[in-house]
Amino acid sequence: MEFTRRDTLGLALGAAALTVLPFRANAAAEDAIAEFTGGADMAEGGVTLTAPEIAENGNTVPIEVSAPGAAAIMVLATGNPEPGVATFNFGPLAAVQSASTRIRLAGTQDVVAIAKLADGSFAKASATVKVTIGGCGG
Amino acid sequence: MASGVKPRVKVPKTAAAGEAITIKTLISHKMESGQRKDKEGNIIPRSIINRFTCAFNGETVIDVTMEPAISTNPYFQFDATVPEAGEFVFTWYDDDGSVYDESKSISIA
Repeated sequence: MEFTRRDTLGLALGAAALTVLPFRANAAAEDAIAEFTGGADMAEGGVTLTAPEIAENGNTVPIEVSAPGAAAIMVLATGNPEPGVATFNFGPLAAVQSASTRIRLAGTQDVVAIAKLADGSFAKASATVKVTIGGCGG
Repeated sequence: MASGVKPRVKVPKTAAAGEAITIKTLISHKMESGQRKDKEGNIIPRSIINRFTCAFNGETVIDVTMEPAISTNPYFQFDATVPEAGEFVFTWYDDDGSVYDESKSISIA
């Protein structure tokens, strides 16, 4: 197979993107936040994130998020290969804007919860979870 | 994967009108993250449930968008208001297009 000038350039760009990617792990989380909030400022308080301080097994870490009156809560794991965890959208019949689930964490990191409140503003909470055994295979 | 997926839902059988009840849901699913590798070093393709919804008589209670960071056998617990007797419908959407659902009716005590 012959490489054309275009192929070579494409390959070089791809390789460059791959090398840069690991350093963008946090940037990916920031991008996800920006997409959710539309760049709006986030207040502290108004959202509660309950997570264990130490998780022995990163494969199932129990977390709970709650934000009274929120329309949606997004959860991010900033140290995972993909930061997104889940977005909870609450409907009119949700009694309290709260939910718990179990998530995977690749290692010790900050878990972030961002709530979109009823008045359109955003609130943020984060918790550091120490993980003894990571939960992303490997 | 569409084999061996079994939803399990815990909803009280009766409630007072307007009462808030706690609902627990669990569905057996391996939630393959797309990050793991097999013995030969090939990446195992992602296969997860990407959305979960719960509705009561057609009104949404919760709608969750799920990413690969949700654990195997996804579990959710949340609270719902029961304005009248009716039926909760729980729906899970798989990456492969499968849809799993479960319904539970509740009466007013």
